[in-house]
Amino acid sequence: MTARLQELLREAFPGGEVAVEDRTGGGDHFQVSVTSARFEGLSLVEQHRLVYDALAAPLADGTIHELRIKTRGAS
Amino acid sequence: MSDEIRDQIKGVIEGEDVALFMKGTPQFVMCGNSHRALEALRRAGAPVTAVDILPDPRIREELSGLSGWPTIPQVFVGGELVGGADIVEELEASGELQRTLRDKLGERQDAPEERVVTVG
Repeated sequence: MTARLQELLREAFPGGEVAVEDRTGGGDHFQVSVTSARFEGLSLVEQHRLVYDALAAPLADGTIHELRIKTRGAS
Repeated sequence: MSDEIRDQIKGVIEGEDVALFMKGTPQFVMCGNSHRALEALRRAGAPVTAVDILPDPRIREELSGLSGWPTIPQVFVGGELVGGADIVEELEASGELQRTLRDKLGERQDAPEERVVTVG
């Protein structure tokens, strides 16, 4: 599951740095960190919305039970 | 019925200084992220009005429909979405949350009160 999330994030943030951690080992609590030029000039709400958009499918089907997000602009 | 719930949620978002939509209540928190958001708001001295989304699944549906934010918790200050637990923690740690509260609420936050309202 970690690999699938990584793939979705890499597709959404090409050239960015993506890290996905399974926080509990249970495959449904994740910490994702993304560094991307796409975040430049955006508010935190807008940055997190982009991450939610990228992970819309696993969020909607219940694969992700809990998600922690850390975003950073690449400069 | 759903329209009524939507209107009540809107009323809370627009009418309360700081609205926290969470799983459980401040007295009995049912989720780690709701706990993190609540604690960050408390550290910032925010006058939190909490809404438990668990009693009726339509609360969460209508809330996410209104905000476009898919997860719980959700924090609003002065009618505007601030974010979920990660953002609120980050903004509290940097002092920006405290600044936002001062800017939007003035001195009213000096005596923070915590209360719970029911929707549905």
